[in-house]
Amino acid sequence: MTTVTQVGKKGLFGDRLTRETRRSLAVGLLFISPWIIGFLAFRVYPFFTSLYYSMCFYPVLATPKFTGIANFVKLSNDSRFLDSLLNSAYYAVFAVPLGAIAGIALAMLLNMKVKALSLFRTIYYLPSITPVVASSIVWLWMLNPKSGIVNWVLSLVGIDGPGWLGDPQWSKPALILMSLWGVGGAVVIYLAALQDVPRELLEASELDGANKARQIWHVTLPMISPVILFNVITGLIGAFQYFAAVHIMTNGSGSPADSTLMMSIYLWQTAFQYFKMGYASAQSWVMFIIIIFFTIIMFKLSGKWVYYGGR
Amino acid sequence: MADTLQPAGSDWVQRKTPLGIQVTRVLTEVLKYAVLILFSIFFLLPWVWMLSTSLKSPQELNVWPPIWIPEPPQWGNFLYAFQEAQFGTFVINTLRIAIPCVVGSVLSNALIAYGFSRIHWPGRDVVFGLVLATMILPGFVTFIPLYIIYRRLDWINTFYPLVIPVWLGSPFYIFLLRQFFMGLPEALSDAARVDGASELRTFTQIILPLARPALAVVALFQFIGSWNDYFGPIIYLSDKSKYTVTIGIANMRVAYGFSNFAWIMAATTMSTVPIILLFFFAQRTFIEGIAMTGLKG
Repeated sequence: MTTVTQVGKKGLFGDRLTRETRRSLAVGLLFISPWIIGFLAFRVYPFFTSLYYSMCFYPVLATPKFTGIANFVKLSNDSRFLDSLLNSAYYAVFAVPLGAIAGIALAMLLNMKVKALSLFRTIYYLPSITPVVASSIVWLWMLNPKSGIVNWVLSLVGIDGPGWLGDPQWSKPALILMSLWGVGGAVVIYLAALQDVPRELLEASELDGANKARQIWHVTLPMISPVILFNVITGLIGAFQYFAAVHIMTNGSGSPADSTLMMSIYLWQTAFQYFKMGYASAQSWVMFIIIIFFTIIMFKLSGKWVYYGGR
Repeated sequence: MADTLQPAGSDWVQRKTPLGIQVTRVLTEVLKYAVLILFSIFFLLPWVWMLSTSLKSPQELNVWPPIWIPEPPQWGNFLYAFQEAQFGTFVINTLRIAIPCVVGSVLSNALIAYGFSRIHWPGRDVVFGLVLATMILPGFVTFIPLYIIYRRLDWINTFYPLVIPVWLGSPFYIFLLRQFFMGLPEALSDAARVDGASELRTFTQIILPLARPALAVVALFQFIGSWNDYFGPIIYLSDKSKYTVTIGIANMRVAYGFSNFAWIMAATTMSTVPIILLFFFAQRTFIEGIAMTGLKG
């Protein structure tokens, strides 16, 4: 980052600028000035302050006291933190790929000359813009083991449904099931991408004798792969910060038996129930590094499966 | 377009295909709709259940097998949500946050995006790279220092922390609007410049009117974002008289528990109404907007 800003500086304040460029520079900066203020005050300053706090002992009412890497050492021995890491990983590992597969599959179905397309699209899409609090309250009630309709539907096919959110074994699958209800946003994005796949390519492959499955594998999926990459990355980032639904359904506790204690939930507890701002900042930095790590991994791997020739 | 191209092609295929293939084609059609309808049920059931629960009496809540149509429907539950739980206050509070956010978001992001697209200044694209880089910065990294700043400013338990940052631009919307502005012909700005219009006049009188569809997308998404926001209010608002709809409902759940679930569900149902209405009135904007944001990433 430092090298980038230096290059920028050289360009910005070099003495080869004409009066006109100088003027447009001033006007340009004036236009983006709200962003500059926001960037410095709400991004850069808190970013570095949080890094500093992460190395401090900082109960909220006292002044921060520098303690080096003590918080991070403590984190590595904190079994609740390790649990929260595993819970978040569990959620991400299942919710993100399942969401991608369901999203692509439903979009492909809708892309097959469907009558009443806009009706289906509406039905699929609406849940994804519903307030999380609404979907959480509804699913909380649907997943009620004794009187909820999820277990009622299961009982229709002779399955004795589990305790869902009350059972440490089933609480995370319950959250994943719930997350699939919101897959409609991705469906609309994938559908738009599918409609952009050039018809000539599909016709050419048909003339070459490719069947539907091969067409999907060799033409359609490669053509929409940049969109898949974008969605998977934003999905991963979202999954690691998954917060609201759990906070609402468990009242911020991550119950039962810490089985839904996500990184974000534990972070919130550390900051607003235990008021340990330094320790919470250290957690946020571990979360940040994990997110960056997986984003980079995804980009690195993307060279192998993402096809950019289409645009 | 797909519809006009397809019939001729399929006609041609059908004339040449034997009966067996036609049968599989019919089966595929049936299967396609079967799957689509099955998923529709999955997506619709929670809505039906929500509405049904919101009209139940306490005795009907915990019955097995579940009751779908309450007898008689308890419309009073919706009234309770207003009387007992101050749902009306929550709505007003949410609007007092969401409306300034929409105005601020449209104005500031348009201004910023203009500076990143229609004005050529040295270093612009490098700085725009910084805008994009902040997109992957998780909110969780910055929220503790922000909380502490707001506390020093005495902004905790006010709407400022939820509104002011929105007035300073969001990378996502800057990106979206910049993309749109760059698609407008350069000649427009040149003509205005020749006529001696200032950059600000070109912006307000030429570019903004043309950008209405993109501005509508920003306004819509910002409203939904503010209406649905949970994390911000739960951190910054502590007084019940300041609660928004989302944390108000979450609080009802904790305060009144399972025996009053019907009117909590009534409040929940009402919280979805503005979103549904917006969707039906602005469906095109939604679909175009979401496609715009997803594809160009």
